[in-house]
Amino acid sequence: MQTRNVSAIFKKELRSYFASPVGYVFIIFYLLVSNGFFFFIADFFRAGQASMRGYFGTLPWIFLFFVPAISMRLWAEEKKVGTLEILLTMPLRETEVVIGKFLGAFAFLAITLALTITLPLSIHYLGRPDMGVILGCYCGALLLGAAYLAIGLLISSLTESQVVAFIVSVAAIFFLLALGAAPVYLNSLGPLVHICEYLSLKSHFDNITRGVIDSRDVVYYLSVVTLFLYLNVKNIESRKWR
Amino acid sequence: MIEVEGLTKRYDRTLAVDDISFHIRKGEVVGLLGPNGAGKTTTMKILTCYLSATSGRASINGFDTFDNSLQVREQIGYLPESCPLYLDSDVVAYLEFCAEVRGIDVSKRKAAVDRVVSDCDLGKVTRKVIGHLSKGYRQRVGMAQALLHNPPVLILDEPTSGLDPNQIRDILSLIHNLGREKTVIHSTHILSEVEATSDRVLIINNGRIVAQGTPRELMDKASGTTVYLTVKGDGCQGHIANASFVSRAEKIGDGTNGFFRMAVHGIDGGDISVELYRLAVENGWLVSELRAESASLQDVFANLTKIGKA
Repeated sequence: MQTRNVSAIFKKELRSYFASPVGYVFIIFYLLVSNGFFFFIADFFRAGQASMRGYFGTLPWIFLFFVPAISMRLWAEEKKVGTLEILLTMPLRETEVVIGKFLGAFAFLAITLALTITLPLSIHYLGRPDMGVILGCYCGALLLGAAYLAIGLLISSLTESQVVAFIVSVAAIFFLLALGAAPVYLNSLGPLVHICEYLSLKSHFDNITRGVIDSRDVVYYLSVVTLFLYLNVKNIESRKWR
Repeated sequence: MIEVEGLTKRYDRTLAVDDISFHIRKGEVVGLLGPNGAGKTTTMKILTCYLSATSGRASINGFDTFDNSLQVREQIGYLPESCPLYLDSDVVAYLEFCAEVRGIDVSKRKAAVDRVVSDCDLGKVTRKVIGHLSKGYRQRVGMAQALLHNPPVLILDEPTSGLDPNQIRDILSLIHNLGREKTVIHSTHILSEVEATSDRVLIINNGRIVAQGTPRELMDKASGTTVYLTVKGDGCQGHIANASFVSRAEKIGDGTNGFFRMAVHGIDGGDISVELYRLAVENGWLVSELRAESASLQDVFANLTKIGKA
């Protein structure tokens, strides 16, 4: 794998988010929604606590709709327009393209998330929040987002339609989130409940919002990312299987 | 340079390419000719390593398209059918991205981009967004992308489709000029294009090569030259049919004043109009038309692709 190639794809993808109004609209909309959630839904003022826990608690659900919107175009658009054929007949390895695309989308997500810095700054102005916890939550949010992106990226590579990619990604991520809520519904499953809980994207994030960054949770997210990127590479290579 | 042996590609149940073999020497311009769905595009996709063959092998410059795909891809410039491009990028940014992926050194990138911008006459649109360009300009951006790394092999899938006659002429002359130093395979279903540009033609139908050769050879092979003769004279029809240089003569119509029209084929498919003229002079016939006509590539193509279907 060559860093130069990954970086070329990375730059192309990141640039293309800002090449049209779509990227800006996305960021503005995300900021509106997350500020709305923070101040009104998570009810920051009435809660009377200088913390972002309520906000980060809702983040898996906000991301559920926003992250697939970032990942949906990555392969589907190239397939639809046909540029995939030029891209894959350039001297690039499939792994380089997959990682480049993933990192491009991840950087866009990170930029969007970084722009919510006004929230912790406001809290800091109003009270004495534990900035360590908030920083940890931001790291957790990046891990969670990375996992969503890897899932969305794989699904985008399975279709030519961005709309299908979006809807299927939301459904798939929702399923993996809901597994964390399984204990409520599936008490009768016995030991399966723990497996469901372990596999859920949400339960690991809940640990992080409690202010504990446990290596097990980090490993979980990195494994999800690796697994889905690996499947993605295999799917792109599959056109040449014989 | 390009070696293809027993190449076969099957998509589920359809056989797109059926046991194709051909060799292309360095510096040749070869036209792949065939009706839509003949297997031209599939063959090109295999050569460019986008797809793999079901069986058989293809190699470019000694590198196998399956086993050494990266090396193969470094050697080729490819313009896919319908010329897909990143529509939200501007021309120079797109070409710079291609240069970066092609491994062109940062210090040489600008020079490489400038070179193809001038070769493909893109000077006026360098900072325009590709999505806003006309079809002709987009095609040129696609060509520029294929030429950027100065590849020894160019694979162009229907490079002239959707262009107006002037643009077609420009692209064809570009291909013709490129053929001086590069090996070029281009596909088309327009016959005059291969006549104008190609050293050799491969006619593909239903996934098989049904004929190959220079445009000239193919025309001669097909049915040779026909001489049309409108003549009046005693017993001339029998005379002509029995002449030693004539293989076949048929009456194809009556003219006025006792003239009649014949189509005459020479023994070896050559042009026998001079011999016919002498015969007429010797016998004192009146001749009002004497015209030699070669079979066009159009005829060859129509014949071969019809036979293939039967």
